[in-house]
Amino acid sequence: MWAWFHKLSSPKYYYEWAGKWLPWLAGITVILMVVGLYWGLVVAPTDYQQGESYRIIYIHVPSAWMSMFVYVVMAVAGFVALVWKTKISEIVVSECAVIGAMFTALALITGMLWGKPTWGTYWTWDARLTSELILLFLYFGVIALYSSIEDKRVAAKAASMLAVVGVVNIPIIHFSVTWWNSLHQPNMDIISENPSMDPSMLWPLLVMATAFKIYFVWLLFIRIRNEIISRERTTNWVRKLIAES
Amino acid sequence: MRAKRKQRLIFVTIVLLGFSAATALGVYAIQKNKTYFHTPAEFAAGSVPQDQLIRVGGLVVEGSVNRFDDGVTTEFDLTDTAGTVTVRYKGLLPDLFREGQGIVAQGKLNNQGTIVAQEVLAKHDENYMPPEVAEALKASGASHPENIPKNNY
Repeated sequence: MWAWFHKLSSPKYYYEWAGKWLPWLAGITVILMVVGLYWGLVVAPTDYQQGESYRIIYIHVPSAWMSMFVYVVMAVAGFVALVWKTKISEIVVSECAVIGAMFTALALITGMLWGKPTWGTYWTWDARLTSELILLFLYFGVIALYSSIEDKRVAAKAASMLAVVGVVNIPIIHFSVTWWNSLHQPNMDIISENPSMDPSMLWPLLVMATAFKIYFVWLLFIRIRNEIISRERTTNWVRKLIAES
Repeated sequence: MRAKRKQRLIFVTIVLLGFSAATALGVYAIQKNKTYFHTPAEFAAGSVPQDQLIRVGGLVVEGSVNRFDDGVTTEFDLTDTAGTVTVRYKGLLPDLFREGQGIVAQGKLNNQGTIVAQEVLAKHDENYMPPEVAEALKASGASHPENIPKNNY
């Protein structure tokens, strides 16, 4: 197990290993997205109170979940990068920041579009909305730190530190709706016998959430491979790879 | 090399723990005195300041909605079962505004104990269901679907 991890931290080995996974990840993502979107937007019933506008949940909730999940992945990679200094973990930090920022922006935008007709406003400074906005700025901070330092090993060290300490925001986002009175609705209960969402609406949501997760892995693998090529462009194996193609 | 790695591990862990502790204290402090909205019970207890911009959240009391003759002003009561407060608002109400609905109003408390609101927002709960299910729930009398939310109004 440890030996395999060790092997995976070699850029060359990782590049080849991740390359084999790409077509599978792409295929699963497309299938799940098509099924989930059709199920959620066409098959699932309308909501008793909100009518059709609730359907934005099929994009909003998976993006919001991913915005936090990606951050945790980035923070763990940052921790590994700071302690063990493997190149792959440094690359995971910088690439997760870009993907995570995308999911966070998507969650914020879809939430605003839903908030206007439902709440009566696009934006309000309640705890959930504010902490999610801080998450976006944390991602921007990691991206900015990483790209503003010329030496990528040093840049990764600074960015990793921010990624690691910023993880304290994740429980705040999750519990913001419990700790404070907020306009945002409380977290859905999806694991008990009596979920707060009807099963006919919940299943497509879970399909979409899985689709988003696989999409993240797919995107991450592509981005890591690109960054490896860019960082290792002076090494023999990359030169050979380029010469072959 | 080994020892150095261990040193880094300890350093990063301490930094993270320090940040977590600082944040936990911050969150605890904010929780004590900062809230997005006040509850009607707090108005009953008199702990809400007058003539300051504040928010109040609660359920619209059934039968309390009173539309004025000017066509744009509405008055209604908000309750959290422990207290009731009257809100007056001049403007367009959100689509979800109805009796029994959770509402957050922002405005100032006047000396008659009425909130003169500048903004009224509808608070949605975390329950999603098709209309048929909502009706079945209502018919069974188990609970009115709009009253299911178990949060702290």
